[in-house]
Amino acid sequence: MQISYTSQDQVEVYKFSVPVAVLVPLTAIFLQAFLPLRLHFFSIFDLPLLVVIFFAVARRSQVAGLLTGAAIGVLQDALTHHPIGVYGIAKTVVGYGASSIGVKLDVENLGARVLVTLIFYVVHEFVYFLVARGLVGLTLEWSWPHELGSAVANAIVAAILFTLLDRLKLRA
Amino acid sequence: MENLISRYRNVSILAAVLFVQVFGLAVQVKRSTEQQSTRLIRVWTVNAVAPLEKGLTWLQSGVSDVWHSYVYLRGVRQENRDLKYEIERLRLEQVRLSDDAEQARRLQALLGFKQKFISKTLAAQVIGSSGSEQSRSVFIDKGTRQGVEKAMPVITADGVVGRVLNAYSTTAQVLLMNDQTSGVGALLEKSRLQGIVRGTPLGEVVLEKVMSDEQVAAGETVLTSGGDRIFPKGLPIGTITRVSPGPGLFLNIRLHPAANLSKLEEVLVITKQEEQAASVADSGPTRAVDVLAQRLPSVPDKPPPDDKKQGTATVPPPLSPGAKQQPNQVPPNNAEAKGTNLPPETLPSTQSQGTPGGVTKPVTKVSSGTVPSIPHPKPAVAPTSVAPAEDKPQ
Repeated sequence: MQISYTSQDQVEVYKFSVPVAVLVPLTAIFLQAFLPLRLHFFSIFDLPLLVVIFFAVARRSQVAGLLTGAAIGVLQDALTHHPIGVYGIAKTVVGYGASSIGVKLDVENLGARVLVTLIFYVVHEFVYFLVARGLVGLTLEWSWPHELGSAVANAIVAAILFTLLDRLKLRA
Repeated sequence: MENLISRYRNVSILAAVLFVQVFGLAVQVKRSTEQQSTRLIRVWTVNAVAPLEKGLTWLQSGVSDVWHSYVYLRGVRQENRDLKYEIERLRLEQVRLSDDAEQARRLQALLGFKQKFISKTLAAQVIGSSGSEQSRSVFIDKGTRQGVEKAMPVITADGVVGRVLNAYSTTAQVLLMNDQTSGVGALLEKSRLQGIVRGTPLGEVVLEKVMSDEQVAAGETVLTSGGDRIFPKGLPIGTITRVSPGPGLFLNIRLHPAANLSKLEEVLVITKQEEQAASVADSGPTRAVDVLAQRLPSVPDKPPPDDKKQGTATVPPPLSPGAKQQPNQVPPNNAEAKGTNLPPETLPSTQSQGTPGGVTKPVTKVSSGTVPSIPHPKPAVAPTSVAPAEDKPQ
């Protein structure tokens, strides 16, 4: 695993075309809503979260990262029956955090990507847990085995997904 | 100052975005206790996602239909044989159960009992989910244009699924029974204890508000009680799998849902319920044993002059479900299936009469005297009718 500390000038910054920036998150949200009906185990994955992490790390811009996270989170909230903003807040934090990491560290290799996804999945679930319990009043139970298992599963999917999405990146 | 803002620009934007969302959340949580309204962003998102989901569902079901109907036919012959056997068995059971149902209806009529009946349902296909483990809801391909409204109950042939939470123009969101924010009034089938069925954060289904001093056994069926004024009484919710002492005065009862909530494909939305008082007229056929019990101790009343000719009574064709029995019609009965112990000479003899159409028509012959309302025995194989998928009367 190679995670190297670099200056902002040393890391490469990427951008995405408008269709990619719009269609990839929408596709992720659509698949997240559609696939669990056919493949029940798929509900442990969070494709929109993986897309947020990918865009945030690739763009290396904290503002772009948090805004992308907020937009995807709010859209994801719209499909649930909970108040809008629960996923929005969690993904805003993740977008900001992932892009901050991307600024400081080179997280382009496979091992770094898996580790970053693992950590930010747990961060996302923790923020969601806090907001859902504290602000919305949902009764949630925190289960470390469940969260860590889901984090590992998401990290594995992220490794594959990020490799596919790398082809859509453009040098800034 | 300007330097400070530019230095902390990113953190300031983060704080601003989070503040807006927290504020919006607080407003929604406050409003949800007063009056729930659908956010525009929800309508847009659902309307953007639903057509894709509908298209993919249609494509998937089309491919599946072609495969299972024309290509993969292994075991179909054996399955067909098994199903025919099952139909025969169920028909016999239906004859037996209809007798109990008739008796129950008569008792309900005596008590002036009022009950909600399902009078109209709408078949819908499940096209999508919320995509979240914390929000157990699904989207169906029918909306307000097809008559779906908020709070309508949703069921399958197996049991309760949930209720309509939001109805959009061509889709609707159904809150599943195993979501932690749902609740269904419940009744234990044997002990008649009442409680509330709720979901847990992990997606399990529990029965709450049953006192810990009550005797509840695993394996007992839980039905809807009708007390929530959403679901009609008597629909299966699930079966009790585990009973343990709860934290307070109540038992901790786990259920296995009757409907498979993790593999929903087609559901029925109950679009219309009617409250009816049970009446004897609705109770269907009168049993031969009841008629004879009334007549045997005393001399029978003189029949009305316009009655059937002495000795024979032709049986009308079977009534359609829900049709009321006319007084001058001889209702079908199941005396033969019941095997009454009355002497053979007092019972009407039956025989089948073939019709040109090939339909076997039972005919009742009375050996002596005139019995205006003597019911004919119900044929062993009850006539079946295929009801349309929509608006099927229950």
